[in-house]
Amino acid sequence: MSQSLSELLKSALGDAISQVTVFRDEVTLHVPRERIIEVLTHLRDVQQFNMLTDETCVDYYPREPRFGILYQLYSIPRNIRVRVKVMLSEYDASIPSAVPVYRNANWLEREIYDLFGIHFEGHPDLRRILLPMDYQGHPLRKEVPVTVEENAFSFNRARIDATKPYATE
Amino acid sequence: MAIAEPPIRIEDAPLNAVRVDDVQLDITLEQLKKLVSPRALTGETMLLNMGPQHPSTHGVLRLLLELDGETIVSCIPDIGYLHTGIEKTAEGKTYLKVIPLTDRTDYLAPMSNNLAFCGAVEKLVGIEVPIRAQYLRVILMELTRMNSHLVWLGTHALDIGAMSVFLYCMREREMILDIYEAVSGARMMSSYIRPGGLWRDVPAHFPQLVQRVLDVFPGRILEYEKLLKENPLWKERTVGIGKISAEDAIAWGMTGPCLRGSGVNYDVRKAQPYSSYDHFDFSVPLGSNGDVYDRYKCRMEEFNQSLKIIRQAMKRLPPGPVMTDDRKVAPPPKHEIAYSMESLIHHFKLWTEGFRAPEGEVYFAVESGKGEYGVLLSGDGSPKPRRVHFRAPSFHNLQPLSEISKGALLADIVAIIGSIDIVLGDVDR
Repeated sequence: MSQSLSELLKSALGDAISQVTVFRDEVTLHVPRERIIEVLTHLRDVQQFNMLTDETCVDYYPREPRFGILYQLYSIPRNIRVRVKVMLSEYDASIPSAVPVYRNANWLEREIYDLFGIHFEGHPDLRRILLPMDYQGHPLRKEVPVTVEENAFSFNRARIDATKPYATE
Repeated sequence: MAIAEPPIRIEDAPLNAVRVDDVQLDITLEQLKKLVSPRALTGETMLLNMGPQHPSTHGVLRLLLELDGETIVSCIPDIGYLHTGIEKTAEGKTYLKVIPLTDRTDYLAPMSNNLAFCGAVEKLVGIEVPIRAQYLRVILMELTRMNSHLVWLGTHALDIGAMSVFLYCMREREMILDIYEAVSGARMMSSYIRPGGLWRDVPAHFPQLVQRVLDVFPGRILEYEKLLKENPLWKERTVGIGKISAEDAIAWGMTGPCLRGSGVNYDVRKAQPYSSYDHFDFSVPLGSNGDVYDRYKCRMEEFNQSLKIIRQAMKRLPPGPVMTDDRKVAPPPKHEIAYSMESLIHHFKLWTEGFRAPEGEVYFAVESGKGEYGVLLSGDGSPKPRRVHFRAPSFHNLQPLSEISKGALLADIVAIIGSIDIVLGDVDR
């Protein structure tokens, strides 16, 4: 099933796909960044993958290219899933936005921007979605440790004294 | 009255114009201009803040509404107030220790989340689950769906003004929470489903508890329907409100009763059966108009279908183990540890280090009460996941709210939010 699907998509998309992998019966198409919109449009219009189930990012640190953007597509008429994967370098972490092809990529890409700091070119409304606007950094990157967050408010006198700015003069 | 040229600078606006620094949204003026109509900056329409502490936003959802009289011109959802960084926390824990975190995403359907995560781990590692555990999972999944729908029905009706339904729903939910407590010891955060099966077998009085639900529920569902289905006030508030077409619902990635209310036949249980759902005979209720009333009808019929599945599964529940005998992922039974050195080593390794999953990515989805709850799991060969991503149905169903509510009345937005059934723990994770 998944082998025939991978052969079919490989012949349909030609050199837009750099590699096809099948793992646990799931097909993943590896696509270079420049061709992603072309591939997604083809998958939606010709191959009937009408639903973008999920879009997310995986940090493969310390590998380079480091970030993998995963598009999880589903076709309701054909009842099959396929995953599209684009690898991005840490030093050039930007990719064309998928919003013109799949509308619901809007919030998903905002979430990836928020948590991984990946820039989506042509996104209509690229700003943080889960974290506050004044948050520094992108916490789901591997270099960010899991630590205790600084309290915004506390009843603990010692903690207040440690962080509260007092007048010195 | 349409204004051709919106003022570029805020100082050019008339005195009654909105002061953007009063609107504490995480947004700059330039970004706000893209989201609201030009009339908002001249003060012709009103920007109204709803939430995050508003009872009918079902949690800490915040909406910035642009109103022309009582009509909604645009609606900007602002989420993230309940963001707890579950996905980051999961990266630092072994696979077994992630399960309690999944309970806390969609806290009204903990078992569905457990199953989605455990299913992904089983797929990644390659674990076979015994058939008794699969059937018990199905029973618990359907009870969880009813649990989730009961809270939806109660709060949705309460928002629209039918108070008694809320009390009845909470009364019935108690029976399901009793079953959770009997099997897992906890009423909400169950963590009962584990990779490879279940934590332990169900107690001896489990069939009686389920039978009580099966006996009592059909009459109670009729009771709710008597209160609401043909009630003119209820129909006035729900029929034709919050419409979304089938094409739009698919394009926005909506799943669950929100998608089926628009007439799209997509249910993960039927399309890609997991946990032996293909052994049971049930139907998927569909709506046709895609309005609040059709979503209500779909969910009400799902109660009956859930009962049908539970009845079949209880009748055919096979005996046998509830946990895989693969000692690399499942702990050995206590009595074996006393005489088997191998078992002792396995036990020790499992609780100190955990089991290793191979390198690779898998996606596993279940049909929770709210829609397709998927887990995208990336393993790196170590006992901890490289990345866990929860494809939360509430997040995807909430996104088209700004489009659905365009042109609706202010009072209707309460009905629309209720009908798409969001849980903010699921939206923000």
